[in-house]
This record gives sequence, structure tokens and C-alpha cells, in this order.
Amino acid sequence: MAIAWQAAVWSGTFPAKLFPSLATVADTFVRLTLNGTMLVAAAATLFRLLFGFLLAAVAGIVIGLLMGRVQWIEDALLPIVSFMYPIPGIAYAPLFVLWFGLGDVPAILLVAAATSFTVIINTWKGVKSVKAVWIRSAQAMGASERAIFAKVVLPGALPYVLTGLRLGLASAWRILVAVEMLMSVTRGLGWLIFGSQQFLNTDVMLATIAVIGIVGMLLERQVFVRLERATVVRWGMMSS
Amino acid sequence: MTVASQQVAAIEPKANATVRSRRRRVVPFVRGAIAIAVLLAAWEYFARSGIFSQAITPPLETIASALIAMVADGSIFKHTLATMLRVAIGLVIALAIAIPLGMLMGRHATWERILRPPLAVLMPIPSLAWVPLVVLWFGIGNVATVLIVVYASTFSLLYNVWMGVKTINSIWVRAAQAMNAERTRLFTHVIWPAALPSIITGIRLAFGRAWIAVIGGELLASPQWGLGKLIFDAKEYLNADVMLAALVVIGVIGLFFERVVFQLLERATVNRWGMANGGQR
Repeated sequence: MAIAWQAAVWSGTFPAKLFPSLATVADTFVRLTLNGTMLVAAAATLFRLLFGFLLAAVAGIVIGLLMGRVQWIEDALLPIVSFMYPIPGIAYAPLFVLWFGLGDVPAILLVAAATSFTVIINTWKGVKSVKAVWIRSAQAMGASERAIFAKVVLPGALPYVLTGLRLGLASAWRILVAVEMLMSVTRGLGWLIFGSQQFLNTDVMLATIAVIGIVGMLLERQVFVRLERATVVRWGMMSS
Repeated sequence: MTVASQQVAAIEPKANATVRSRRRRVVPFVRGAIAIAVLLAAWEYFARSGIFSQAITPPLETIASALIAMVADGSIFKHTLATMLRVAIGLVIALAIAIPLGMLMGRHATWERILRPPLAVLMPIPSLAWVPLVVLWFGIGNVATVLIVVYASTFSLLYNVWMGVKTINSIWVRAAQAMNAERTRLFTHVIWPAALPSIITGIRLAFGRAWIAVIGGELLASPQWGLGKLIFDAKEYLNADVMLAALVVIGVIGLFFERVVFQLLERATVNRWGMANGGQR
């Protein structure tokens, strides 16, 4: 694939400005990393991701647990959640700009809002998947309501919760890049791509896209695989 | 259970059973309806309270009339049609790419070795990150948005087809081979039907991705028509009512596909064939 790309560049069918060679992209990547532009952008994006994702995780897990355990909350919230869930988070972006202005706050809020539904749905499913036999045997052994929650329901739901967090983080990452393009934040990887468009800096764009891909992959592979190994896999609830 | 219904139970146990099962269906519905009503009422109160200008937080009536106006002049249908066409064309192209490649990857180790690295590199890149570059290459319009949809949907499809073919119970393949099935027959009678459930799952996931990508693509690459474009334009003119109306339409379409189209599709295929768990029993 790299060879095909390079051949297309050398054939000269496309102007080099729009279709840079891999060497140029690599050069640009090194230059941007050394002068710190890429690091600052990546740090700004990761900061937004972290805050947005934490908000979504806390809100999503709490609402999901409540929906799983309390019947009337489930009845009340399920229609709303299932309606909001398939709406692409990015569609809210212009609305959030209108409500909260430009900058970090609406970007973080939007990422949180878009991600929380994935976490809610998965946590709820997780609580529902806890076998009734487990709960009943805990009750039979005289466990209190709180002990059942902490020792049976939470660990039982954890595989699903982790799946929800993992999917949520991936979708937060996808959305955040686009959000940064729409919200004209001052720093960030999405902004770097969008800003480069004005100056036809395709090499910068491709280098940034590569960084986005790599960070996304690291988040997925490193963070969650480790978390899963330390919890659900170790408890024998899931094979790695 | 209330005292009254217990008394009824004592007199007519059978009737009570049906009452109870009906209640089990009605109560969640009523609670859901109440929650939606409360949410809408809270919005209405908030919108009319004047904390924010009504241009920014329009009351329900304004949103509804914006929606009705767009239905009346037919513009909402044009926008929806443009968006749906982009999703459909993008998905068809993605299917044409992903099914053959996924089958090859699942059946032949050589192809798997060739295609795995590019898949691993390209899959984690969000499709919307490509939008500015694609716009530079192909200009604003249908080509750019359809390409983004193709990018967004191809990889999850490819992954599912690949995994679906790879995890086919090898006994089925060997049994067919032992009965002297030649390659085309093996493909049409064993591999294709066995991989179909995961292909359908792949299509479902790909639609979700494509749906996000098309709206984002339309927001960023602003072609002439499209639901994303509608929202983007409404922002320029501070028409929060149009934006919210468009969001409602987007939500209804998403829900329709998720709940009706794909559920019917799965019921008619995967579930009917008893393959809901991949045929591994």
C-alpha cells in the first residue's frame, strides 16, 4: 500500500501540494514533533477527551446502574435513552456552539453527552445480565441490600460496563476530532487538520491523521486490555 | 399490588392473571410517557422563562412549527433523501469492497497476511479526520461525503466478514468436502450462509458508523442538501428551532433503522435460521 501511494506520487498525476510523498509526511511529522506543535495539540485533545470521557463515565454508570436496579427509573428513562442513543453526537455540535459558545467547555460537554449513552446502555444491560440465581443465593445467605449491590451486582455487571467504557472512549475519540473542527478551539489535533486545510498543508494533515490513528489505537489496546486483564479476566468472567 | 386487585384475585383468579399481564405491559409505557411529558414540560418552562433568548432555546411550539414548515415546503424530504442516498451509496460501495476482501481474508492465509496491516492502520483513524483532506482532493459535495461514508463503514464490515468466515465451524466445511462438494458449491451452500449472520451484524454496525459519518461529513463538507447541512445552515442564522427539528428527524430515522429495519432483517434471517449464536451449539 505504501508502494502504491509512492507510485501515485511519483507518477505526477496529482499535484505534489495535494498529494505529498511519504517522505514529506514523515519529515513534517518529525518537524512538528520537535517544535512541539504536535505535542501541544495532542495534549489539548487528550485533555478534552479525558474530561469529557470522565463526565460521561460517571454519569453513564450511575444512570445505567439506577436503570438496571430500579424498575420505575428504567421504565421512565428507557424510551428517552433509546431515542437519543442513535442520534450522532456530532449533530448536536452546532447547537452546543449556540448554547455554550466556542472553546473547551462545549467541546467537553458534547463529548460527554455523546459518549454517555453508550455507557448507559451497556451498564444497564450489564446489570440486567446479572443472573437472578446469584442475587437469590446472596439473599438466602442473608446478604444486605448493600452487600448484594457491591459484591454481586457490580462485579457481575462489570464486563458489560467495561465494554461500554471501551466503546464510549472509542466513539468519544472519533467525535472529538470532528468537534474540534467545528468548534474552532485554539489547539488540538482536529484543529490542526482543519487549520491546515486553509493553507493546503496536506503533509501536516496526513501527519496529524497518522497521530490520531496511533493515539486511538493506543487508547484501545493499552488502556482497556490492561484494565480487563486486571479485573474481569482475572476473575474468570471473560477470556482474554 | 393494591387491596382492590387482591379482592378481585380472590373472586376471579383467571381474570386477574390477564389483568396483571396487561398491567405489566401498560405500566412501563405509562411511566415512559410520563417521563417524556415531564422532560418536554421542563423544556417548555425553561424556554419560556426567558433565561435565554427564545431564539436560542425555542419552545416546543416553535420547534413544531419549524418542522411543519419544512414538511409543508418539502425541504425536509429533500434533505433527508440526500442524506439517505449518501448512506445507501456509501454502504453499497463498502459492501462491494468488504465482502470479497473479507471472504478472501477469512479463507486464505496469504490474503490475511497482506490485508491485515493496512486494516490495523486505517481502522482506528476516525473517518471524520479525513474530511478536510478529502475536501481538498475532491472538492465540496457528494463525492467527498460518500467517500467519508465508505471509509467509515468499510472497516467494520470487513472485520465482521473476515471474522465471520474465519470462525465458521470447520466441521461443516470438512463435512461438505468429504461429501465431494466442489468449490462453488462449498461457497454457496456452506460458507456464504454460515457467514451471513456476521455480515448482517457488520451491516448493522456499519450503518451506525455511516450515519455518524454522513451527518459529520455534511456539517464539515457542506454540500447543497442534507440533514447535516440543514443544521449547519441553521446555526449561521441562529435558527435553533430548525436545528432541534432536524435533530428530531435524525433521531426518528436512526431509531427506525435500529428498531424496525434491522430487527426485522435479523428476525427474517439470522433468528429464523437459528443462527443467533453463530450456529455454535
